[in-house]
Amino acid sequence: MATIKELSRREDRLEGGHRLCAGCGASIAVRQILLGAGETPVIASCATGCLEVSTTIYPYSSWKVPFIHNAFENSAATISGVESAFKGLQRAGKIPADKRVKFVAFGGDGGTYDIGLQSLSGAMERGHDMVYVCYDNGAYMNTGIQRSSATPLGAWATTTEVGKVGRGKSMRRKDLTSIIAAHNIPYVAQASISDWKDLTAKSEKAFAVEGPAFINVFAPCPRGWRIPYNMSVAIAKSAVQTAFWPLFEVVDGEWRYTKRSVNRENRAPVEEFLKPQGRFKHLFKPGNEELLASVQTEVDRYFDYVLKRCGL
Amino acid sequence: MPTQKTLAVTGNVLVAEAMRQCAPDMMAAYPITPQTTIVEEFAKFVANGRVHTEYVTVESEHSAMSACVGASAAGARVMTATSSQGLAYMWEELYIAAGMRLPIVMANANRALSAPINIHCDHSDIMGARDAGWILLFAETAQEAYDNTLMAVRIAEHPDVLLPAMTCLDGFITTHSIDRAQVMDDESVTAFVGDYRPTYSLLETDTPVSHGSFAGLGGPYFEFKKSQRMAIERARGVIKEVGEEFSKLSGRPFGMVEGFGMEDAEVAIVVIGSTAGNSRHVARQLRAKGVKTGVVKVRCFRPFPYAELAEMLKGVRAVAVLDRSESFGAEGGPLFLETRSALYDLHERIPVVDYIYGLGGADVKTEFIERVFTDLTDIATGAAAPSGLVYLGAR
Repeated sequence: MATIKELSRREDRLEGGHRLCAGCGASIAVRQILLGAGETPVIASCATGCLEVSTTIYPYSSWKVPFIHNAFENSAATISGVESAFKGLQRAGKIPADKRVKFVAFGGDGGTYDIGLQSLSGAMERGHDMVYVCYDNGAYMNTGIQRSSATPLGAWATTTEVGKVGRGKSMRRKDLTSIIAAHNIPYVAQASISDWKDLTAKSEKAFAVEGPAFINVFAPCPRGWRIPYNMSVAIAKSAVQTAFWPLFEVVDGEWRYTKRSVNRENRAPVEEFLKPQGRFKHLFKPGNEELLASVQTEVDRYFDYVLKRCGL
Repeated sequence: MPTQKTLAVTGNVLVAEAMRQCAPDMMAAYPITPQTTIVEEFAKFVANGRVHTEYVTVESEHSAMSACVGASAAGARVMTATSSQGLAYMWEELYIAAGMRLPIVMANANRALSAPINIHCDHSDIMGARDAGWILLFAETAQEAYDNTLMAVRIAEHPDVLLPAMTCLDGFITTHSIDRAQVMDDESVTAFVGDYRPTYSLLETDTPVSHGSFAGLGGPYFEFKKSQRMAIERARGVIKEVGEEFSKLSGRPFGMVEGFGMEDAEVAIVVIGSTAGNSRHVARQLRAKGVKTGVVKVRCFRPFPYAELAEMLKGVRAVAVLDRSESFGAEGGPLFLETRSALYDLHERIPVVDYIYGLGGADVKTEFIERVFTDLTDIATGAAAPSGLVYLGAR
């Protein structure tokens, strides 16, 4: 795995000057993922969303790799088409037989967990040589903070409002990483922008495998989470420390927990993750103690599930 | 000149054969009746190593067209096939394929749209996509489906056009009936269609280009759309040019509109697809009885051949349009709207009557066509034209 020195010498493939918010987790995720790809040429697709609209305002583009945006729900299908074209053209002898290219699809949680799930599942099952990266910020941020199936239990969103009756999202989040692991593809991982070494290492592994790989990257959204822009990485770190977002990988079906310093005994209380975020403010109001406790129960349940899958 | 052999096969087999001869680099395949046998036939070519095509068995039509968009942007020659609900499910992607100027070629087995569900022929599916920015070619016969497929590749990939093209054939009637058709030798087809040379390919990794950029917030969206219109207008000339070249090569005629008896017709039917044959059959019988009948078949619906249609109908005393789809709430079906608009600039005012027929595969009987010609003859001799739509054969 590359050291920070080596990584620092690699070309940044997402140029600065784009129009994402300060502190946006998506661009950090993309840069770390592309660093992990090494020197091999990469072709990227991206679902409609903040990342796409902010990086490709015609006639400008922040992408220093060939890039395609198609629509919201089909980042996976689109890059699967690009990869298939590569195979077909190579078979026809129109591209040199020794040319190597890597393919990566990006999508937010709305474009991945929800509307793009079918497209992603299909591409994973077909076995394309591609990496799918979900930057998970837990809501439809580009359209104005609507809940998605990645939105955590209890979170405020503009479609799970807090009021006299409403107490934020009443359902727990979908475990997309496990769903993709159930496709029995060579490599699946859950990572966070706060743990750059873990994330770039997972990216390297994902790009190295033959066939499909998937990485779910925790990527805070200051605007949607109601946090200061300089808190993104700290909040992401606390998601890992509280085990709200356990870091793990599934290599050829073998589950491996990659944040051994956080365990059942020493994980921080989830309040540390929730409290700085405006979207969870109501959980700390009198009368919502039970809801707050249920969030902790849900975090513990999921952490226990992940550790058990990892044989711990 | 090419060697041609005569086959007795279905329209779908011929479309698959034409696709094989065009040697696509990528094909997306998803089943839907009555298109399925096209991708099944192609799967055999793949299994037998007869094509280099990367055959992608997607999980839906939406992903079929999404993958085609990706593959075409990567510089591949790309094909797929669909029908009905599948085409409707692709709708979003149809506009994107055209807006990104990707010369994808797709066959559509024309079929009714739900609800109620129905698997048989009409043109509801394709007419719903008529403004998506694709070039739309319609086949009357299996032979035309074959010919249109070869021409579609040339037209779509022409540097002055760069638009996706659809080759439409009537579900079951043309897709599944065994018909006699001539197939050219592979070498002649290869020479005719040529190589696809993309201008900007994603696979040119040394010169990265961004496809599908954001053109809102005061950006040039409007100008992109204008340039798309200019491209489909340029396609008119390209379609004629390619059609003429193909006619010389194959010995078979091609026109954006094709006429029967139009030299002296007093009454005429305008029609799309397989019903053109029924119409000519009846027109011929009536001609034997001294009725000056004519039939105009519209073979290219987008770009719509206004001038050619008006020229052909000039001097006719009454016109019937046969529409195999509805445009609910409009004055008539899609072909009627186009035809009457095409005739507006003529000095003479020709009465035009719209007949909706054959929805969901309802029978198209020769007596229906006879009735249409009888109506037209009455109108031509002074009877009032029926007001509103006429449903042919609806119970």
